[in-house]
Amino acid sequence: MKRLSFYALLTLIIGYTVFPYYWAFVSSIKPSSEIFATPVGLWPHSPTLENYRLVLSNAGFLQALVNSAAVCLASVTMALTFGSLAAYALGRFQFRGRTATLYLVLSMTMFPQIAVLGGLYAIINQIGLFNRLPALMLSYLLFTLPFTVWVLTNFFKQLPGELEEAAIVDGATPMQTYRLVLLPLLSPALVTTGLLAFIQCWNEFLYALSFMQTPDRYTVTRAIFSFAGVTGSGYEIPWGQMMAATILVTLPLLVLVLILQNRIIAGLTGGAVKG
Amino acid sequence: MERRRLAWLLLAPTLLVLAVVAFYPLAQTLAYSFTDARLGSSRPVHFVGLRNYFDLLVDPRFYSSLSLTVRFATVTVVFEFTLGLIIALVINSQFRGRGLMRAAVLVPWAIPTVMSTQMWKWMYHDVFGVLNDLGLRCGLLAAPVAWAADPAYLFPALCAVDIWKTTPFIALMLLAGLQVIPADIYEAADIDGASPLQQFWALTLPLLRPAIVVTLIFRTLDALRAFDIFYVMVGNRPHYQTLAVFNQQVLVEFSRVGPGSAISVVIFLLIAFFVFVYMRLFGVRE
Repeated sequence: MKRLSFYALLTLIIGYTVFPYYWAFVSSIKPSSEIFATPVGLWPHSPTLENYRLVLSNAGFLQALVNSAAVCLASVTMALTFGSLAAYALGRFQFRGRTATLYLVLSMTMFPQIAVLGGLYAIINQIGLFNRLPALMLSYLLFTLPFTVWVLTNFFKQLPGELEEAAIVDGATPMQTYRLVLLPLLSPALVTTGLLAFIQCWNEFLYALSFMQTPDRYTVTRAIFSFAGVTGSGYEIPWGQMMAATILVTLPLLVLVLILQNRIIAGLTGGAVKG
Repeated sequence: MERRRLAWLLLAPTLLVLAVVAFYPLAQTLAYSFTDARLGSSRPVHFVGLRNYFDLLVDPRFYSSLSLTVRFATVTVVFEFTLGLIIALVINSQFRGRGLMRAAVLVPWAIPTVMSTQMWKWMYHDVFGVLNDLGLRCGLLAAPVAWAADPAYLFPALCAVDIWKTTPFIALMLLAGLQVIPADIYEAADIDGASPLQQFWALTLPLLRPAIVVTLIFRTLDALRAFDIFYVMVGNRPHYQTLAVFNQQVLVEFSRVGPGSAISVVIFLLIAFFVFVYMRLFGVRE
């Protein structure tokens, strides 16, 4: 009896967390006649990929996918490059100012983006980056870089010291040790951290909304916010297509997250345990 | 000596980038908040002292957005924390299918807020939405409800999206804290005859305190700058804005950089205040 109610509770929790996504999926494979019908069918009668076909022929949406990918890749690459160097210093060097820098980085991971919107908006206009993708690549470093430094520093700290000593005995410089010994060991950590930073960029909306103006510069969040279907009547939002677009832009990341879930949970919660 | 120089050299690119994207804009925001700067205007910028802040103090929109933001933060953090703790305690016990459970919990977290809000907006649809359908079928609703349009339901509807999206994350943070509590102290408590409820209050909660504090700080900060959910669900309607939405509208839509920056500074101070309160309340120790 106790077991039964435990599993009932589990089912309830899983149902709660998964149902909205399930519903988006079901709606995405329903024909219009079923989407806009009552009573609502909990599964599709005649499933169709029509919504996906329409979304994939939607030039605006495809452009947004390309824009998002470019912005996220650029920002994450910069964050990993600069971040791993900084994390090497913070994780494996002893120097004055190390703790202070570490605290600075940690507080930056909680930095509210909205607090610099005014200054950033003015600067971006002044240097002529308004409505240009590099504005986003740069401004996303505000959250990707501190996050990357913080997580990678923890990973660098966990590496055993003997590796570095052995490399130094062999005559390697610190930079050679970094490049040839430490970085290869940390490549799984780099992948996980990069994925998490990528997700943060992919999800960003406030800056994308404020700094990009014309539809050809939209990112996926911006495109889905003002989603216009290929064949919209103009009166009703094309929900089927929007759900198909939502599934398309979330499924690849979701699959990656589920594959890497153990490492992601370790990366995300590392700070909570160590304090 | 040599190594110290190298350390700073390694840190240099990061510090430089942070200076450009964070510290300089922050200083600029603060400086603009004392001026009447506008974008796209050739008019010279004047120093206006604290006028932008005084203007805010008599602006009813500031108070309505402040109150909405604080109410939203309070309700969501309380619900997310309670639900998250329950889920964490459930996952922490040994059972078959635990991996599946953890995976299911990651789903809402991995979906961008804009997309989750659209998904919920569709579920909230007054005619074709699944919530009304289920509610009517189960007899919970007498008539369909316009969840996202009816002022009586809009607030809970918005909170529900955030709670769905963030509870799993809190559960994972708390779970990480639960997993470092050694099992033998519970065995000792069992021998001493402590009931599960007594064990929860006397052992689990105090030992979980560091994880609880970090989680609460993270969540409160997030909730106080809530933007995406409100902007997607209600747009920037003047009567239903969070501070962040109000801020973005003044700054970008109206191009009023001076007053907009003043709101940014207020949000920053508000968040700093909450962090300070948590630190004092829970006494964060390293």
